Amino acid sequence: MRFVGRAPRRYWLIALGVIVFAGLPTQVTSFQSLEWAEVLIFAIVIMGLNLLVGYSGQISLGHGAFMAVGAYTTAILVHRYHVDYLLTIPIAGLLTGLVGFFLGIPALRLSPLYLALATFALAVITPSLIKRPENLTQGTQGILLAPQQPPDWASSLFAGVTGGPAMTSDQWLYYLCFIVAAALFWVAWNIVRRRPGRALMAIRDGEVAAAASGVNVAGYKTLAFGLSAFYAGVAGALYALATGFVSPDTFPVSLSFQLLVGAVIGGLGSIAGPLFGGIFTFWLPIISSQFVQTQDWIPDQVASVFKNAGPAVTYGALLILIMIFAPNGLVGLILSAYARLRSRLRGVGERTTGQLPPDPQTI
Amino acid sequence: MGPRLAAAAAFLVMAGACGSSSGGTVATDVGITSNQILLGNTISQTGAAAAYGTIANAENAYFTYINSKGGINGRKIKFVILDDAYNPAQTVPLTKQLVEQNQVFAMFSGLGTQDQTSVRDYLNTQKVPQLFVATGATTFGKDFNSNKWTLGWQPPYQGESHIYAKDVLQNHPNAKIGVLYQNDDYGQDYLKGLIDGLGDKASTMIVDKESYDVTSASPASQLAILHAKGADTVFVFAIPKPTIQSLAIITGLHWAPTIYVNSVSNVATYMKLAEKSGAKIDGAISVGYIKDPTDPQWTNDDGMKLYRQVIANCSTCDANNGFNIYGVAVAYTMVDVLTQAGSNLSRANVMKIASSQLNETNPFLLPGITVTTTSGDHFPIMQEQVIQWTGDAWHLQGSIINERGTIK
Repeated sequence: MRFVGRAPRRYWLIALGVIVFAGLPTQVTSFQSLEWAEVLIFAIVIMGLNLLVGYSGQISLGHGAFMAVGAYTTAILVHRYHVDYLLTIPIAGLLTGLVGFFLGIPALRLSPLYLALATFALAVITPSLIKRPENLTQGTQGILLAPQQPPDWASSLFAGVTGGPAMTSDQWLYYLCFIVAAALFWVAWNIVRRRPGRALMAIRDGEVAAAASGVNVAGYKTLAFGLSAFYAGVAGALYALATGFVSPDTFPVSLSFQLLVGAVIGGLGSIAGPLFGGIFTFWLPIISSQFVQTQDWIPDQVASVFKNAGPAVTYGALLILIMIFAPNGLVGLILSAYARLRSRLRGVGERTTGQLPPDPQTI
Repeated sequence: MGPRLAAAAAFLVMAGACGSSSGGTVATDVGITSNQILLGNTISQTGAAAAYGTIANAENAYFTYINSKGGINGRKIKFVILDDAYNPAQTVPLTKQLVEQNQVFAMFSGLGTQDQTSVRDYLNTQKVPQLFVATGATTFGKDFNSNKWTLGWQPPYQGESHIYAKDVLQNHPNAKIGVLYQNDDYGQDYLKGLIDGLGDKASTMIVDKESYDVTSASPASQLAILHAKGADTVFVFAIPKPTIQSLAIITGLHWAPTIYVNSVSNVATYMKLAEKSGAKIDGAISVGYIKDPTDPQWTNDDGMKLYRQVIANCSTCDANNGFNIYGVAVAYTMVDVLTQAGSNLSRANVMKIASSQLNETNPFLLPGITVTTTSGDHFPIMQEQVIQWTGDAWHLQGSIINERGTIK
């Protein structure tokens, strides 16, 4: 009990977050559960991107392609070879991780700008590559998967807790995504707080200095690439299961951009950032294309112009605003706001040290 | 720890109490209330096939017109349009949203062969009518027996291709045919119809077929190949944007083949747009089944007058765009079905009427064309007439050709 009482504040936040996300499907419709499952899927792939971009300082514009590899691995295994769908998730992750690892080797020789271009090329060719082996991927037609029914124990547990109807397949997939996301976030948290995380950050902040301090630069850089691709592969697998449909156009070039923008807006180099990034990446296109249309006070002409340019313009504008006002993303914004608020509430000096806050305006 | 956890729990319980509410209405099925019928639609209002987006707005204009006349037996139609950008990956979640979140009574006039095929299984499993899909892919009429909640409306692509094949065999028996087609079920359906229609001659007459991806920038390289292979007759089985590009590119190659344009891209507005970008298309051949708003012979026609009145309800619609009269015509059939269903507005009954009891003279279609379904025939429209582009306009050729019964 004393341990619980002395737990840092962020532990309470984590507990609250877990409770909210675990209870969500009992409060919203089955369809909304599926939408939030997709939010969690985006959060997973952005977490992977965050490990690569935020912690190791390498830029990738190709994470949509990694998702495609994972999604098609699962879709083909389930549809063609009738492999158990739960089993396909780690397989998809490991296969994509392997692809990422090998892509990380040539990436060692490229400076950040060229690395961005190389991964961008990957994102561009992937949809076309998928179309070619038509027997395997069913070409432009895509692969349809039947919805995955929840196991009996989960279904009856859910019905028992809520006292309502049995669990739907969408709710089951939400919980699946939730468990996987929680596990992968925990793994990421442990990685960045320990030796590998410090090594990655050292490489990000100064490659030569890191090498001089005995960090295996090449090893850690390829590891970051592989790990990041693993996250994207798992997310892709879950995406295929959640939406029940994959086609080459599911993974356009713009998806890779959206993911990177989501990572930046959520907050690079933080563990909570990808969650905000996921919420943002999933909801922004929907809101900008559907919400505006339902607002009667916006003239038709303006609404249709907004719709035509829709998500792209909103992305651009928001990205500029974030860069100016919150360079550390939403998480950075919240943290600095909290710090300012606390120093205001506590008065001039920091209670424990008696030091003045660095910014005189807060006095 | 006690009070904090308790507070969190209380919060969740309260959220739960607010979340669940359901009203007991006199609805006869999902999406029907005492004064409203809710229909859903997915269509491409952005992306490569954005040209089609106006169809849904025109459909909405017709529903607005019907609502202003008092609706259908006192119920007004509410029409929810969502943009899927001609991308099946978006059609799937959007359709799910309309069915499960908006709780629509039926999906109406969803556009795109690939898009509608990708949601057909889902809608049939959920037993939600997928009515009058805005695609002529033959499968939507032919495979009705395995998808009893899905029905097409416009003439099947294979039937249209049969008409082209007959026209070629009759007027250009020595043609060297080059085919440009979209690399998906839609393009392949047209191609199959053409090959079937040409019969034994197909292998000798077709010198080359080239496909383009809908996401690609331009079909220029494919057309250059067709030109190099010596084709003197070109079939453009493409959606509006690549069709306009193709017509301009063909002229740009100093090439003057006989051109066949498919009905899904042949509206006069876009043909004129192609001419403006340098295309010489005099003599191009296509088929029609809807009255062309730019054709002066319909100026005093009652159907066309009604169309002009209806389309005035849509501020962003160009009345001369043939896609808009398509939208109004298919909405007319939808209203016809709902009216016939009367007080028995169940999904099953509406589906039964649409798939087997249609016998409608649609004022927006060419005179003589009927919208018909029977228990053994699920292709609503099966008649088309050849049209030829001369002097900046389409002109009807010959008489109406009935393809009913030719697709097994």
